[in-house]
Amino acid sequence: MKTNLKSKIALGVVAGLAMSAVASAEELTIATVNNGDMIRMQGLTDDFTAKTGHTVEWVTLEENVLRQRVTTDITTKGGAFDIMTIGMYETPIWGSNGWLVPLDDLSEEYNAADILPAMAGGLSHDGTLFAAPFYGESSMIMYRTDLMEAAGMEMPDAPSWSFIAKAARAMTDRDAEINGICLRGKAGWGEGGAFITAMSNSFGARWFDEEWNAQFDTREWSDTLNFFVNMMTDAGPAGYATNGFNENLSLFQQGKCGMWIDATVAASFVTNPDDSTVADKVGFALAPDNGLGVRSNWLWAWALAIPAGTQKEAAAKEFIEWATSTGYIDLVAEKEGWANVPPGARTSLYENPDYQAVPFAQMTLDSILSADPNNSTVDPSPYVGVQFAAIPEFAGIATEVSQEFSAAYAGQQTVAEALEKAQALTNDAMEAAGYR
Amino acid sequence: MARAVTNTRKTVNTVIAWSIGLLIFFPILWTILTSFKTEAQAINDPPLFLFFDWTLENYAAVQERSNYMRFLWNSIIIAGGSTLLGVIIAVPAAWSMAFVPSKRTKDILLWMLSTKMLPAVGVLYPIYLIFIQLGLLDTRVGLVVVLMLINMPIIVWMLYTYFREIPVEILEASRMDGASLRDEILYVLAPMALPGIASTVLLNFILAWNEAFWTLNLTAAKAAPLTAFIASYSSPEGLFFAKLSAASTMAIAPILLLGWFSQKQLVRGLTFGAVK
Amino acid sequence: MATQHSRSAARLMMAPAVILLLGWMLVPLTMTLYFSFKKFLPLRGDSLGNGLEWVGLENYSRFVGSSSFWPSVQATLIIVGSVLVITVVLGTLLALLLDQPMWGQGIVRILVITPFFVMPTVSGLVWKNMFMDPINGILAHLFKFFGAQPLEWLSQASMQSIIMIVSWQWLPFATLILLTAIQSLDSEQLEASEMDGAPVLKRFWHIILPHMSRAITVVILIQTIFLLSIFAEIFVTTAGAFGTKTLTYLIFQRVLESQNVGLGSAGGVYAIILANIVAIFLMRIVGKNLDR
Repeated sequence: MKTNLKSKIALGVVAGLAMSAVASAEELTIATVNNGDMIRMQGLTDDFTAKTGHTVEWVTLEENVLRQRVTTDITTKGGAFDIMTIGMYETPIWGSNGWLVPLDDLSEEYNAADILPAMAGGLSHDGTLFAAPFYGESSMIMYRTDLMEAAGMEMPDAPSWSFIAKAARAMTDRDAEINGICLRGKAGWGEGGAFITAMSNSFGARWFDEEWNAQFDTREWSDTLNFFVNMMTDAGPAGYATNGFNENLSLFQQGKCGMWIDATVAASFVTNPDDSTVADKVGFALAPDNGLGVRSNWLWAWALAIPAGTQKEAAAKEFIEWATSTGYIDLVAEKEGWANVPPGARTSLYENPDYQAVPFAQMTLDSILSADPNNSTVDPSPYVGVQFAAIPEFAGIATEVSQEFSAAYAGQQTVAEALEKAQALTNDAMEAAGYR
Repeated sequence: MARAVTNTRKTVNTVIAWSIGLLIFFPILWTILTSFKTEAQAINDPPLFLFFDWTLENYAAVQERSNYMRFLWNSIIIAGGSTLLGVIIAVPAAWSMAFVPSKRTKDILLWMLSTKMLPAVGVLYPIYLIFIQLGLLDTRVGLVVVLMLINMPIIVWMLYTYFREIPVEILEASRMDGASLRDEILYVLAPMALPGIASTVLLNFILAWNEAFWTLNLTAAKAAPLTAFIASYSSPEGLFFAKLSAASTMAIAPILLLGWFSQKQLVRGLTFGAVK
Repeated sequence: MATQHSRSAARLMMAPAVILLLGWMLVPLTMTLYFSFKKFLPLRGDSLGNGLEWVGLENYSRFVGSSSFWPSVQATLIIVGSVLVITVVLGTLLALLLDQPMWGQGIVRILVITPFFVMPTVSGLVWKNMFMDPINGILAHLFKFFGAQPLEWLSQASMQSIIMIVSWQWLPFATLILLTAIQSLDSEQLEASEMDGAPVLKRFWHIILPHMSRAITVVILIQTIFLLSIFAEIFVTTAGAFGTKTLTYLIFQRVLESQNVGLGSAGGVYAIILANIVAIFLMRIVGKNLDR
């Protein structure tokens, strides 16, 4: 029996090799998001084509458009794409529906065990990997060392929210157009919604109790939102209710923010002297907490997945192995320097002495390791995910909730009103979906 | 007798009209100017108008990232194809409505217009499923058909109002002369209708070029037009005003040039029967 | 004039357009109606192949019962109404101005017409970032220059901002049609009244405006059709936040963001009903004007 199985595998491997040798060059259509690391990957596609003979057609879209596009395609089994770029939220849901090709047979050389456990865990369903992380991120504090010094304060490695609020107010200088702190207020579950959810975790709040009842009527949520609004009113930039990742990045690069708590991948942009006017004055720290044992950092990965039913599965796997391999990291390091390699996906990257020399490497890893999607809240919750709840209804609900929050940030309604509406619409939607 | 116009009045008119014209045009002008700046100059305070280091680096960056020509070509084929097909089908319909009107002509016309009020997003799933069944996903043929159908009511209506301006007496005269239906259309109507058809073609080319819902949702790589091109620039990381401007300029330049050079033609027919 | 022969020929010529549009309307409409009575949550694995559960009118009551429904109808009507008023009023004034003798009339007309050629996505992006950005936008620079606090356009004046962007896009269309109408006005008639010494306002009210009524009707009709379904301008600027969620946008959220096709389809049916109410209303006013 055992030998039989072994010989079958051997046969399969031989057949596979033979197939790949014979297999004609394919043209892969890949949908991806327009983030810097993906754009860089597009530029390096020639290397993949040279190695495998396959060519690639890129469909690069802004995040919201990409989501709507790939979701429509996967739910209707449209087959427009051979590889889709998706995140930690979509992967387990799609994987459990059987819409993705399991990535449990990647080559020995690829060394799937090297993928950071936090990332692999978030991109799996029932222990099967359904998407390979291209880069992973958590969130952390990026701050201006010069402004911090001028304010006569010193950033601890793991600050508390009260320290951050105090520092933000101290660093603010409206006349010099310096805002103590820049945070996301933009509506959208992946924008301001992600930030406030991660922040609320550290205040002891949660989205749902164990019976899936919305929790926006709790004191923890009202504390979170009031703290946020008060701090941003005193020390945030004008119009923060419409600021997302990109807007804040641009403000920070122009030297208009004292602190910025956001995705760890931003570290390489703010320290890049080509784009950033403050590249040599940036320090890093863990996202703040409130002494409750949970920090306010999230966990996310942009990953590559293959829709079930594609005709080009073998070639698609070859591409995924190429793009998420250590070889690709070496390729980018060689061409663009170590600071620009896709971070947060592989353990070996953080053991590499070349990479350890990058100023934000260690803090990124620490942030990633301190986020736990399975235990993201102080009180127990029924969902998996740090800045989201991995249920199909979440994206829709959280976008509406974050719109209510943004309206409160803009002063169109009070925090209490926003929370009341959020509570009602969340319970409504959960009822419609049959949870309650 | 011409109206007496003093030079003062003409000057005042000119100044006011030019100011308003430039104000309305300013967002486009500013976009074009910004596309030639560096990212830092693009957000300079005070804003820089003409005296900055003109650079083409944004265009180079955009072109390096996406193959502009392919998007452009798709836009031309899709907008052109849908307009052409639409006109071929709409001309006979509009002709018969204008010259052989029945009691129901106006109802049919208004019904056609009302189909345009169907919210596109509400029928995305049905259309997507149909496209999968017919194998039309990410094909230019599929988009040509959809955009043709979307603009058909406008085409029919424009042509109808234009045809109605043609005096019936001319037709009757030609019929007296024993002209056949074919001759009537070919030799009598066509020459008179041509300007109207031309401006209909122009308007619909513009509408099809700018359609951003179906062109984005029914394409992937092969048939993606310029609306998809711009969708990958809407929120790049970091400073992006200059690159956004370059991409925007590239997306609108062809239709802007077409519009400018043909605006006389377009305006002539863009009356929807309003003039009477 | 029409003979039996030409009648049937006319029918034949009309057939392709009518049949195609009928198909384009009926097929999606039937499917939308069908979905609207079903529970269809694609992310939960519902699909046509698996069979969909019949839920009666639940989607309809839920869509209307949502706290977002009435505000969205209101937002839709405010945007459509405001843009119509702005474009017709400013369009009339601009058309009157462009009708006056001046130097470089052709160029001014080109300047004014240009926004009409710009893709809605592009104009949304350009306005949002380069003009309305409260820190780097040119309007913020302008406000600061005059010593004022820059306005946070898209959050503090969200509706006004959207209306401004959309009006900017549609003003050229209104202006052009109204201009053509003014230019067709019998100049002898005008001169006669001028000789009579009729005051400018009176002349406008009694001669020019009645002459333009048909053109204004056309502008309102065409623009309403397009404005009821504006989407891109909202998608790229506020994404439906700050009270700018129109009915179209709400349906988009239900179908694509929440992935609830049944609920969204019910919303689609409501949108069709709203569109038809507006249409009937319009036809009442417009229809008479379109007859000659």
